[in-house]
Amino acid sequence: MSKYLLNKFLYTVDRDPELVERYREDPRGTVAWWEAERANQLLNCHTGEASTWLAFDDPEREALVAHDYVKLFELGAHPFLTLTLFIAAFERDHAEPLGFQKEYALRLQHFSLPYPDIAT
Amino acid sequence: MAELAAVIASTHHPFYYRASTARGEDRPPFADEWVRKITAFRETLTRANPDVLVMVGSDHFHQLWLDNMPQFLIGKAPVYDANWYNEEREFGLPRMVLKGQEDLSGYLLREGLDAGFDLAFSNELRIDHSITCPIITLRPEADLPIVPVYTNIFAPPLPQPKRFVQLGRTIRELIESWPSDQRVAVIGTGHLSLELGGPRQFGPHGPDPEFDQRAVEWIANGDLEGCLSEVTLDSLHAPGNATHGFMDFMLMMGVAGEGAKADYVDTLDLFHTMEAYFTWYPSGGPGLSEERACEPRSEGKGESA
Repeated sequence: MSKYLLNKFLYTVDRDPELVERYREDPRGTVAWWEAERANQLLNCHTGEASTWLAFDDPEREALVAHDYVKLFELGAHPFLTLTLFIAAFERDHAEPLGFQKEYALRLQHFSLPYPDIAT
Repeated sequence: MAELAAVIASTHHPFYYRASTARGEDRPPFADEWVRKITAFRETLTRANPDVLVMVGSDHFHQLWLDNMPQFLIGKAPVYDANWYNEEREFGLPRMVLKGQEDLSGYLLREGLDAGFDLAFSNELRIDHSITCPIITLRPEADLPIVPVYTNIFAPPLPQPKRFVQLGRTIRELIESWPSDQRVAVIGTGHLSLELGGPRQFGPHGPDPEFDQRAVEWIANGDLEGCLSEVTLDSLHAPGNATHGFMDFMLMMGVAGEGAKADYVDTLDLFHTMEAYFTWYPSGGPGLSEERACEPRSEGKGESA
Protein backbone atom coordinates (compact mmCIF):
# COMPACT_ATOMS: atom_id res chain seq x y z
CA MET A 1 0.00 0.00 0.00
CA SER A 2 1.44 3.34 -1.05
CA LYS A 3 -0.54 6.41 -0.10
CA TYR A 4 2.56 8.32 -1.10
CA LEU A 5 2.43 7.03 -4.65
CA LEU A 6 -1.30 7.70 -4.96
CA ASN A 7 -0.61 11.25 -3.84
CA LYS A 8 2.29 11.53 -6.27
CA PHE A 9 0.00 10.55 -9.14
CA LEU A 10 -2.67 13.06 -8.11
CA TYR A 11 -0.06 15.79 -7.56
CA THR A 12 1.83 15.38 -10.81
CA VAL A 13 -1.28 14.98 -12.97
CA ASP A 14 -3.08 17.92 -11.36
CA ARG A 15 -0.28 20.34 -12.17
CA ASP A 16 -0.09 19.43 -15.85
CA PRO A 17 -3.02 20.65 -18.00
CA GLU A 18 -2.36 18.02 -20.70
CA LEU A 19 -2.25 15.21 -18.18
CA VAL A 20 -5.49 16.36 -16.58
CA GLU A 21 -7.24 15.97 -19.94
CA ARG A 22 -5.49 12.70 -20.69
CA TYR A 23 -6.50 11.25 -17.32
CA ARG A 24 -10.09 12.37 -17.88
CA GLU A 25 -10.32 10.82 -21.36
CA ASP A 26 -8.19 7.69 -20.94
CA PRO A 27 -7.74 6.80 -17.30
CA ARG A 28 -6.54 3.24 -17.84
CA GLY A 29 -3.95 4.23 -20.43
CA THR A 30 -2.80 7.23 -18.43
CA VAL A 31 -2.41 5.28 -15.19
CA ALA A 32 -0.47 2.51 -16.96
CA TRP A 33 1.81 5.01 -18.70
CA TRP A 34 2.35 7.00 -15.53
CA GLU A 35 3.18 3.94 -13.43
CA ALA A 36 5.68 2.74 -16.05
CA GLU A 37 7.28 6.09 -16.87
CA ARG A 38 6.69 8.51 -14.01
CA ALA A 39 6.09 6.67 -10.75
CA ASN A 40 9.78 6.30 -10.02
CA GLN A 41 10.87 9.67 -11.34
CA LEU A 42 12.45 11.71 -8.57
CA LEU A 43 10.83 15.11 -8.76
CA ASN A 44 13.19 18.07 -8.85
CA CYS A 45 16.12 15.85 -9.87
CA HIS A 46 17.70 15.38 -13.28
CA THR A 47 16.25 12.56 -15.29
CA GLY A 48 19.25 10.31 -14.88
CA GLU A 49 18.18 9.61 -11.31
CA ALA A 50 15.17 7.48 -10.47
CA SER A 51 13.84 5.39 -7.65
CA THR A 52 13.55 1.64 -8.12
CA TRP A 53 10.73 0.49 -5.88
CA LEU A 54 7.51 2.44 -6.33
CA ALA A 55 4.43 0.64 -7.65
CA PHE A 56 0.68 0.69 -7.05
CA ASP A 57 -1.05 -2.27 -5.54
CA ASP A 58 -4.12 -3.52 -7.39
CA PRO A 59 -6.84 -1.64 -5.43
CA GLU A 60 -4.91 1.62 -5.77
CA ARG A 61 -4.42 1.21 -9.51
CA GLU A 62 -8.06 0.27 -10.01
CA ALA A 63 -9.31 3.23 -7.94
CA LEU A 64 -7.35 5.60 -10.18
CA VAL A 65 -8.47 3.82 -13.36
CA ALA A 66 -12.11 3.95 -12.25
CA HIS A 67 -11.93 7.66 -11.33
CA ASP A 68 -13.19 6.36 -8.00
CA TYR A 69 -12.68 9.25 -5.59
CA VAL A 70 -14.70 7.46 -2.91
CA LYS A 71 -12.24 4.59 -2.97
CA LEU A 72 -9.30 7.00 -3.00
CA PHE A 73 -10.69 8.60 0.16
CA GLU A 74 -11.00 5.14 1.74
CA LEU A 75 -7.41 4.33 0.79
CA GLY A 76 -6.14 7.46 2.54
CA ALA A 77 -5.14 9.51 -0.50
CA HIS A 78 -4.78 13.15 0.49
CA PRO A 79 -8.31 14.58 0.17
CA PHE A 80 -7.10 17.98 -1.03
CA LEU A 81 -5.18 16.44 -3.92
CA THR A 82 -8.07 14.19 -4.92
CA LEU A 83 -10.60 17.01 -4.73
CA THR A 84 -8.49 19.45 -6.70
CA LEU A 85 -7.75 17.06 -9.57
CA PHE A 86 -11.30 15.74 -9.77
CA ILE A 87 -12.77 19.26 -9.82
CA ALA A 88 -10.45 20.02 -12.73
CA ALA A 89 -11.51 16.89 -14.57
CA PHE A 90 -15.23 16.67 -13.84
CA GLU A 91 -16.73 19.91 -12.55
CA ARG A 92 -17.43 20.84 -16.16
CA ASP A 93 -19.95 18.00 -16.46
CA HIS A 94 -22.27 19.57 -13.88
CA ALA A 95 -24.54 22.46 -14.81
CA GLU A 96 -25.17 23.75 -11.29
CA PRO A 97 -22.47 25.79 -9.53
CA LEU A 98 -20.75 23.50 -6.99
CA GLY A 99 -22.90 20.64 -8.31
CA PHE A 100 -19.89 18.34 -8.56
CA GLN A 101 -18.55 19.28 -5.15
CA LYS A 102 -21.91 18.61 -3.50
CA GLU A 103 -22.32 15.28 -5.26
CA TYR A 104 -18.79 14.40 -4.18
CA ALA A 105 -19.72 15.09 -0.54
CA LEU A 106 -22.91 13.07 -0.87
CA ARG A 107 -21.07 10.04 -2.20
CA LEU A 108 -18.78 10.16 0.87
CA GLN A 109 -21.66 10.34 3.36
CA HIS A 110 -21.10 6.80 4.67
CA PHE A 111 -17.75 7.87 6.17
CA SER A 112 -17.76 9.01 9.78
CA LEU A 113 -14.95 10.05 12.10
CA PRO A 114 -12.25 9.00 12.29
CA TYR A 115 -11.71 9.25 8.56
CA PRO A 116 -9.12 7.02 6.89
CA ASP A 117 -5.61 8.01 7.95
CA ILE A 118 -3.84 10.21 5.41
CA ALA A 119 -0.41 10.18 7.05
CA THR A 120 2.31 9.06 4.67
CA MET B 1 14.64 48.69 16.45
CA ALA B 2 11.82 47.81 14.10
CA GLU B 3 8.27 48.45 15.20
CA LEU B 4 5.54 45.84 15.07
CA ALA B 5 2.92 48.04 13.48
CA ALA B 6 0.08 45.52 13.21
CA VAL B 7 -0.72 41.85 13.69
CA ILE B 8 -3.41 40.55 11.37
CA ALA B 9 -5.02 37.12 11.26
CA SER B 10 -7.48 36.14 8.59
CA THR B 11 -9.02 33.26 6.76
CA HIS B 12 -7.85 32.97 3.16
CA HIS B 13 -10.78 32.31 0.90
CA PRO B 14 -9.58 31.69 -2.65
CA PHE B 15 -13.00 32.57 -4.09
CA TYR B 16 -12.88 36.19 -2.88
CA TYR B 17 -11.03 37.48 -5.91
CA ARG B 18 -13.50 35.99 -8.37
CA ALA B 19 -16.56 36.91 -6.29
CA SER B 20 -15.43 40.49 -5.79
CA THR B 21 -14.60 41.10 -9.45
CA ALA B 22 -17.61 39.32 -10.96
CA ARG B 23 -20.26 41.48 -12.58
CA GLY B 24 -23.88 40.99 -13.58
CA GLU B 25 -25.27 37.48 -13.45
CA ASP B 26 -21.92 36.06 -12.44
CA ARG B 27 -21.78 38.12 -9.25
CA PRO B 28 -22.83 35.99 -6.25
CA PRO B 29 -25.46 37.47 -3.92
CA PHE B 30 -23.04 37.63 -0.98
CA ALA B 31 -20.35 39.52 -2.92
CA ASP B 32 -21.33 43.07 -1.95
CA GLU B 33 -21.37 42.38 1.79
CA TRP B 34 -18.09 40.48 1.49
CA VAL B 35 -16.44 43.39 -0.33
CA ARG B 36 -17.70 45.83 2.30
CA LYS B 37 -16.21 43.75 5.08
CA ILE B 38 -12.91 43.28 3.28
CA THR B 39 -12.68 46.99 2.52
CA ALA B 40 -13.12 47.82 6.21
CA PHE B 41 -10.59 45.12 7.17
CA ARG B 42 -8.11 46.50 4.64
CA GLU B 43 -8.26 49.87 6.34
CA THR B 44 -6.88 48.31 9.53
CA LEU B 45 -3.66 47.50 7.70
CA THR B 46 -3.54 50.74 5.75
CA ARG B 47 -3.73 52.88 8.88
CA ALA B 48 -0.82 50.94 10.43
CA ASN B 49 1.32 52.31 7.61
CA PRO B 50 3.65 49.30 7.32
CA ASP B 51 6.90 49.19 5.35
CA VAL B 52 7.24 45.42 5.20
CA LEU B 53 4.86 42.46 5.55
CA VAL B 54 5.74 39.15 7.17
CA MET B 55 3.25 36.76 5.58
CA VAL B 56 2.42 33.51 7.35
CA GLY B 57 0.70 30.86 5.28
CA SER B 58 0.89 27.29 4.09
CA ASP B 59 1.85 25.88 0.73
CA HIS B 60 -0.95 23.68 -0.62
CA PHE B 61 1.24 21.05 -2.31
CA HIS B 62 2.52 23.52 -4.85
CA GLN B 63 6.25 23.86 -4.39
CA LEU B 64 6.57 21.82 -1.20
CA TRP B 65 6.03 18.13 -1.63
CA LEU B 66 6.16 14.87 0.30
CA ASP B 67 9.66 13.96 -0.88
CA ASN B 68 11.11 16.88 1.04
CA MET B 69 8.57 18.46 3.38
CA PRO B 70 9.62 21.22 5.77
CA GLN B 71 7.58 21.91 8.91
CA PHE B 72 8.44 25.63 9.05
CA LEU B 73 10.10 27.44 6.16
CA ILE B 74 11.08 31.06 5.57
CA GLY B 75 11.56 32.46 2.11
CA LYS B 76 14.69 34.49 1.47
CA ALA B 77 14.63 35.89 -2.03
CA PRO B 78 14.54 39.31 -3.70
CA VAL B 79 11.38 38.43 -5.63
CA TYR B 80 8.52 35.99 -5.25
CA ASP B 81 6.41 34.95 -8.17
CA ALA B 82 2.98 33.96 -7.04
CA ASN B 83 -0.01 31.76 -7.79
CA TRP B 84 -0.02 28.52 -9.69
CA TYR B 85 -1.72 27.07 -12.74
CA ASN B 86 -4.23 25.06 -10.70
CA GLU B 87 -5.15 28.20 -8.71
CA GLU B 88 -5.78 30.10 -11.91
CA ARG B 89 -7.82 27.17 -13.14
CA GLU B 90 -9.95 26.61 -10.05
CA PHE B 91 -10.15 30.06 -8.45
CA GLY B 92 -9.38 32.45 -11.29
CA LEU B 93 -6.47 33.93 -9.33
CA PRO B 94 -4.11 36.20 -11.25
CA ARG B 95 -0.38 35.69 -11.56
CA MET B 96 1.43 38.09 -9.24
CA VAL B 97 4.98 39.21 -8.46
CA LEU B 98 5.99 40.43 -4.99
CA LYS B 99 9.21 41.95 -3.78
CA GLY B 100 11.12 40.25 -0.99
CA GLN B 101 12.68 41.82 2.10
CA GLU B 102 15.85 39.74 2.26
CA ASP B 103 17.40 41.48 5.26
CA LEU B 104 14.48 40.58 7.48
CA SER B 105 14.33 37.06 6.00
CA GLY B 106 17.98 36.58 6.84
CA TYR B 107 17.53 37.99 10.33
CA LEU B 108 14.53 35.75 11.10
CA LEU B 109 16.40 32.71 9.80
CA ARG B 110 19.62 33.31 11.72
CA GLU B 111 17.99 34.40 14.95
CA GLY B 112 15.18 31.85 14.65
CA LEU B 113 17.70 29.03 14.30
CA ASP B 114 19.55 30.32 17.33
CA ALA B 115 16.27 30.53 19.25
CA GLY B 116 15.66 26.81 18.77
CA PHE B 117 13.61 26.60 15.56
CA ASP B 118 15.31 24.48 12.89
CA LEU B 119 13.82 26.57 10.11
CA ALA B 120 14.03 25.49 6.50
CA PHE B 121 14.62 28.18 3.90
CA SER B 122 13.99 28.75 0.22
CA ASN B 123 15.85 31.09 -2.12
CA GLU B 124 13.38 30.54 -4.96
CA LEU B 125 9.83 30.29 -3.75
CA ARG B 126 6.68 30.59 -5.79
CA ILE B 127 4.03 31.44 -3.26
CA ASP B 128 0.42 30.37 -3.35
CA HIS B 129 -3.02 31.60 -2.38
CA SER B 130 -2.44 31.30 1.37
CA ILE B 131 -0.28 34.41 0.98
CA THR B 132 -1.71 36.01 -2.15
CA CYS B 133 -5.30 35.99 -0.84
CA PRO B 134 -4.42 38.35 2.04
CA ILE B 135 -2.37 40.47 -0.35
CA ILE B 136 -5.45 40.75 -2.56
CA THR B 137 -7.75 41.54 0.35
CA LEU B 138 -5.46 43.72 2.48
CA ARG B 139 -2.93 45.28 0.12
CA PRO B 140 -4.14 44.86 -3.44
CA GLU B 141 -1.45 47.25 -4.67
CA ALA B 142 1.01 44.46 -3.78
CA ASP B 143 3.62 47.17 -3.36
CA LEU B 144 5.26 46.20 -0.08
CA PRO B 145 8.17 43.77 0.27
CA ILE B 146 7.34 40.53 2.04
CA VAL B 147 8.91 37.78 4.07
CA PRO B 148 6.99 34.54 3.48
CA VAL B 149 6.73 32.08 6.37
CA TYR B 150 5.28 28.70 5.49
CA THR B 151 3.95 26.21 8.02
CA ASN B 152 2.96 22.61 7.51
CA ILE B 153 -0.70 22.30 8.43
CA PHE B 154 -1.32 19.94 5.56
CA ALA B 155 0.87 16.84 5.41
CA PRO B 156 1.06 14.77 8.60
CA PRO B 157 3.03 14.32 10.76
CA LEU B 158 2.46 17.96 11.76
CA PRO B 159 4.09 19.99 14.54
CA GLN B 160 2.05 20.31 17.73
CA PRO B 161 -0.25 23.35 18.15
CA LYS B 162 1.92 24.73 20.95
CA ARG B 163 4.82 24.82 18.51
CA PHE B 164 2.89 27.16 16.24
CA VAL B 165 2.22 29.43 19.21
CA GLN B 166 5.89 29.34 20.22
CA LEU B 167 6.97 30.22 16.70
CA GLY B 168 4.55 33.15 16.70
CA ARG B 169 5.99 34.44 19.96
CA THR B 170 9.50 34.09 18.60
CA ILE B 171 8.66 35.88 15.36
CA ARG B 172 7.36 38.79 17.40
CA GLU B 173 10.46 38.91 19.59
CA LEU B 174 12.71 38.81 16.54
CA ILE B 175 10.84 41.55 14.70
CA GLU B 176 11.01 43.76 17.78
CA SER B 177 14.76 43.16 18.03
CA TRP B 178 15.44 43.64 14.30
CA PRO B 179 17.91 46.53 14.00
CA SER B 180 15.90 48.56 11.54
CA ASP B 181 13.63 51.57 11.62
CA GLN B 182 10.99 49.87 9.51
CA ARG B 183 7.40 49.28 10.47
CA VAL B 184 6.54 45.60 10.20
CA ALA B 185 3.09 44.07 9.94
CA VAL B 186 2.67 40.33 10.43
CA ILE B 187 -0.22 38.88 8.48
CA GLY B 188 -1.13 35.24 8.86
CA THR B 189 -3.93 33.23 7.32
CA GLY B 190 -5.49 29.97 8.29
CA HIS B 191 -8.90 28.40 8.62
CA LEU B 192 -11.68 27.96 11.08
CA SER B 193 -13.55 24.66 10.66
CA LEU B 194 -13.05 23.40 7.14
CA GLU B 195 -13.63 20.21 5.20
CA LEU B 196 -11.98 19.55 1.84
CA GLY B 197 -12.49 16.35 -0.11
CA GLY B 198 -14.69 14.83 2.61
CA PRO B 199 -18.40 14.25 3.29
CA ARG B 200 -18.92 17.59 5.06
CA GLN B 201 -17.48 19.81 2.31
CA PHE B 202 -19.33 22.65 0.60
CA GLY B 203 -22.26 22.75 3.01
CA PRO B 204 -24.43 25.84 3.58
CA HIS B 205 -21.91 27.03 6.20
CA GLY B 206 -18.69 25.79 7.75
CA PRO B 207 -18.73 22.16 8.90
CA ASP B 208 -18.69 23.05 12.62
CA PRO B 209 -20.25 26.44 13.49
CA GLU B 210 -19.85 25.75 17.22
CA PHE B 211 -16.12 25.31 16.81
CA ASP B 212 -16.03 28.47 14.72
CA GLN B 213 -17.72 30.45 17.46
CA ARG B 214 -15.32 29.17 20.11
CA ALA B 215 -12.36 29.79 17.82
CA VAL B 216 -13.40 33.40 17.17
CA GLU B 217 -13.70 33.94 20.93
CA TRP B 218 -10.25 32.48 21.56
CA ILE B 219 -8.66 34.66 18.91
CA ALA B 220 -10.57 37.85 19.70
CA ASN B 221 -9.68 37.58 23.38
CA GLY B 222 -6.14 36.31 22.93
CA ASP B 223 -7.18 33.29 24.98
CA LEU B 224 -4.17 31.12 24.28
CA GLU B 225 -4.57 29.20 27.50
CA GLY B 226 -8.14 28.19 26.70
CA CYS B 227 -7.28 27.45 23.10
CA LEU B 228 -4.25 25.32 23.93
CA SER B 229 -6.20 23.43 26.58
CA GLU B 230 -8.75 22.27 24.02
CA VAL B 231 -6.93 22.07 20.71
CA THR B 232 -4.78 19.06 19.88
CA LEU B 233 -3.68 17.49 16.63
CA ASP B 234 -6.36 14.84 17.22
CA SER B 235 -9.13 17.22 18.26
CA LEU B 236 -8.79 19.24 15.06
CA HIS B 237 -10.10 16.33 12.99
CA ALA B 238 -13.55 16.71 14.54
CA PRO B 239 -14.49 20.19 13.21
CA GLY B 240 -13.46 19.23 9.65
CA ASN B 241 -10.67 17.39 7.93
CA ALA B 242 -8.80 20.56 6.89
CA THR B 243 -9.18 22.34 10.24
CA HIS B 244 -5.51 21.93 11.09
CA GLY B 245 -5.14 25.22 9.23
CA PHE B 246 -6.46 26.73 12.47
CA MET B 247 -2.93 26.30 13.83
CA ASP B 248 -1.85 29.27 11.71
CA PHE B 249 -4.39 31.33 13.65
CA MET B 250 -2.76 29.98 16.82
CA LEU B 251 0.62 31.11 15.50
CA MET B 252 -0.83 34.58 15.03
CA MET B 253 -2.23 34.51 18.58
CA GLY B 254 1.35 33.82 19.62
CA VAL B 255 2.47 36.91 17.70
CA ALA B 256 -0.29 39.02 19.28
CA GLY B 257 0.46 37.72 22.78
CA GLU B 258 -1.33 35.96 25.63
CA GLY B 259 -4.43 37.85 26.65
CA ALA B 260 -4.13 40.39 23.83
CA LYS B 261 -7.62 41.34 22.79
CA ALA B 262 -7.93 42.06 19.12
CA ASP B 263 -8.59 45.69 18.25
CA TYR B 264 -10.70 44.69 15.29
CA VAL B 265 -12.83 41.57 14.86
CA ASP B 266 -15.23 40.74 12.09
CA THR B 267 -16.73 37.56 10.67
CA LEU B 268 -18.81 36.53 7.69
CA ASP B 269 -20.75 33.30 7.54
CA LEU B 270 -20.41 31.94 4.02
CA PHE B 271 -21.26 28.63 2.42
CA HIS B 272 -18.53 26.05 3.05
CA THR B 273 -16.62 28.09 5.63
CA MET B 274 -16.78 31.05 7.99
CA GLU B 275 -14.61 34.02 7.20
CA ALA B 276 -12.90 35.73 10.16
CA TYR B 277 -10.79 38.88 10.33
CA PHE B 278 -8.69 40.12 13.28
CA THR B 279 -6.28 43.01 13.77
CA TRP B 280 -4.14 43.91 16.76
CA TYR B 281 -2.08 47.08 17.20
CA PRO B 282 0.63 46.02 19.66
CA SER B 283 1.93 49.50 20.32
CA GLY B 284 -1.17 51.44 19.50
CA GLY B 285 -1.22 53.48 16.37
CA PRO B 286 -1.79 57.00 15.20
CA GLY B 287 -5.18 58.03 16.48
CA LEU B 288 -6.11 54.50 17.39
CA SER B 289 -6.97 54.98 21.01
CA GLU B 290 -9.82 57.35 20.15
CA GLU B 291 -11.06 55.20 17.33
CA ARG B 292 -11.01 51.78 18.92
CA ALA B 293 -14.44 52.15 20.44
CA CYS B 294 -15.84 52.65 16.95
CA GLU B 295 -14.36 49.53 15.39
CA PRO B 296 -16.74 46.79 14.36
CA ARG B 297 -16.24 43.85 16.65
CA SER B 298 -17.59 40.58 15.42
CA GLU B 299 -21.28 41.36 15.51
CA GLY B 300 -21.78 40.15 19.03
CA LYS B 301 -19.40 37.23 18.80
CA GLY B 302 -16.58 38.88 20.69
CA GLU B 303 -16.44 41.04 23.76
CA SER B 304 -15.95 44.74 23.39
CA ALA B 305 -12.40 45.97 23.14
